Amino acid sequence: MGPAEEGRQKAGGNVANFRSSAASSLGKRGAALHVSSVIVILSGAARVSRPPCRSVVEAMKRYSALAIAREAARYHRGWERAWASPEPKGDYEIVIVGAGGHGLATAYYLGRNFGITDVAVLEKGWLGGGNTGRNTTIIRSNYLQDPSAAIYEKARALYETMSRDLNFNVMFSPRGVMMLAQTEHERRGYLRTVHANALQGVKTEFITPERVKELVPIIRIEGPRYPVLGALWQPRGGTARHDAVAWGYARACSAMGMHIIQNCEVTGIVSEGGRVSGVETVRGRIGCRKLAIVVAGHSGRLAEMAGFRLPIESVALQALVSEPVRPVLDVVVMANTVHGYISQSDKGELVIGGGTDGFNNYTQRGSFHHVEETVRALVETFPIISRLRMMRQWGGIVDMTGDRSPIISKTPLEGCFINCGWGTGGFKAIPGSGWAMAELVARGTPGPLAAPFGLERFREGRFIDESVAAGVAH
Amino acid sequence: MLILECPFCGIMADETELAPGGEAHVRRVGPEGSDEAFEAYLFMRRNPCGVHFELWRHAHGCGRWFIAARNTLTLEVYGTYPAQTDRPPAAIVRAIRRRVPGWEWQP
Ligand SMILES: Cc1cc2nc3c(=O)[nH]c(=O)nc-3n(C[C@H](O)[C@H](O)[C@H](O)COP(=O)(O)OP(=O)(O)OC[C@H]3O[C@@H](n4cnc5c(N)ncnc54)[C@H](O)[C@@H]3O)c2cc1C
Ligand SMILES: [Zn+2]
Repeated sequence: MGPAEEGRQKAGGNVANFRSSAASSLGKRGAALHVSSVIVILSGAARVSRPPCRSVVEAMKRYSALAIAREAARYHRGWERAWASPEPKGDYEIVIVGAGGHGLATAYYLGRNFGITDVAVLEKGWLGGGNTGRNTTIIRSNYLQDPSAAIYEKARALYETMSRDLNFNVMFSPRGVMMLAQTEHERRGYLRTVHANALQGVKTEFITPERVKELVPIIRIEGPRYPVLGALWQPRGGTARHDAVAWGYARACSAMGMHIIQNCEVTGIVSEGGRVSGVETVRGRIGCRKLAIVVAGHSGRLAEMAGFRLPIESVALQALVSEPVRPVLDVVVMANTVHGYISQSDKGELVIGGGTDGFNNYTQRGSFHHVEETVRALVETFPIISRLRMMRQWGGIVDMTGDRSPIISKTPLEGCFINCGWGTGGFKAIPGSGWAMAELVARGTPGPLAAPFGLERFREGRFIDESVAAGVAH
Repeated sequence: MLILECPFCGIMADETELAPGGEAHVRRVGPEGSDEAFEAYLFMRRNPCGVHFELWRHAHGCGRWFIAARNTLTLEVYGTYPAQTDRPPAAIVRAIRRRVPGWEWQP
């Protein structure tokens, strides 16, 4: 049994919730996961890993090949819960609303980089049950604008060592991400991105249709409607297991003594003299000196509680998976012109993501015609998928800003900070965003990664425009 | 799929026949407006979880703009009316109140 699997079964609190979380997510479990988990642990154990924070490692039982052997010998009865489910205290130094990847990573780096552990992460459902457990797990950093490249590349680099840093197998798989150019406009756009990436120190290249075909034998490059004219290729992009990222951070935070409190919806924000002093929750009032709002699609609701508005709209974004098949695709392919992207999970399912709806929605259900459009276009580019059955389809509520870039910012309410606007593409950013947000919350002023992403940029007209460059953006 | 009645041609239009236009009843700020007011007009949105007013164009039909009163949490549609209306008509307000008691229109 690998740590991810074990995390799922031993995870704190609410096992039933975890089942439904897993069911609504990509379901990359099964035999393949067990095997690959074990392999990664073995190779991880062979290296000398430097623990992120001494206290973390002392407090939690380390996962290792030895631990698996030991537990196997006693019928796996000795595994402990991966994190605790404490009762909320009356107050904390810092309260974080939202136990998605970004909220948990913020907590983790508050502890690891700033030594602040009097932290509670409040979650209305179960941790990782929002977009973090619903996305198609694409990780890349080939953005056009410098501030984006900086934070996404920081995040991508942290993904490279995350399994070791957290002692939790997040199954980071840098298999390469390919963004197809299927119109002349797109081709020119990606050429521009490649040049920008060269200046930013992000390793990407523009590859020919022939090279695309070599890397992805199942692709049809000649069209007719959407011929492949080349692709933007990031060899160290890839995927990771989304739930494991949330669970790994949660386990490390819990080991540092932080409180992760599930089934604890925040219903109001309390302030005194223009300064935040706590939150109202379904489990009573909880005081805090600082508050971090990290709730993705629900940012507008929390902002309303805090008394300000955001340049954010919440819309549904959908994904689906096919029945499992033998390996046919070992890179991630994104086709932004047709709003589709595809990768193959370790279990063999093709994981497919579509476009966003054009209207505001809080239901985690999107319009069927988007799924239809995505699949129709992908069938043209990958004819062999036309006979596959699709097994599951789901939606998440994503938080879209006008310039398609996130917000990591102070707010009009003193002591209250917000991290949102990751929209359709924030899974890849989780560690970088947590790193930058922790710095902002701990110091009260943003560091170099967060500074360009302040709320004031909309008033100043200083956009970080990724809408053209990123298209559907994942 | 969202189905909205076009108030001009009376057709029950599928979403694929329509083009979305974002939040309705946003008031344009003139040249004398403050930076804050202009920012609010351009970017700040209510983004409500509940009753919502939204612009739609009957793009593959009569081509005209109208407003839909919807609920973003239940996906109910309360009704539609022409875009040249600066507040929700009384019939729409009644339809909303039947489902959301005590609801008040805030300009
Ligand atoms: C279908 C789909 C595909 C995607 N594909 C990709 C991809 O391939 N690559 C990529 O990089 N990104 C992708 N994304 C985007 C990515 O999933 C998100 O940007 C990211 O997960 C956001 O993480 P988060 O922690 O901010 O939000 P979430 O994971 O949504 O966490 C927010 C949490 O806040 C909680 N919350 C809300 N309100 C309250 C309250 N009042 N009190 C307490 N808790 C509250 C929620 O329950 C939730 O758990 C995709 C998204 C979707 C929906
Ligand atoms: Zn019409």
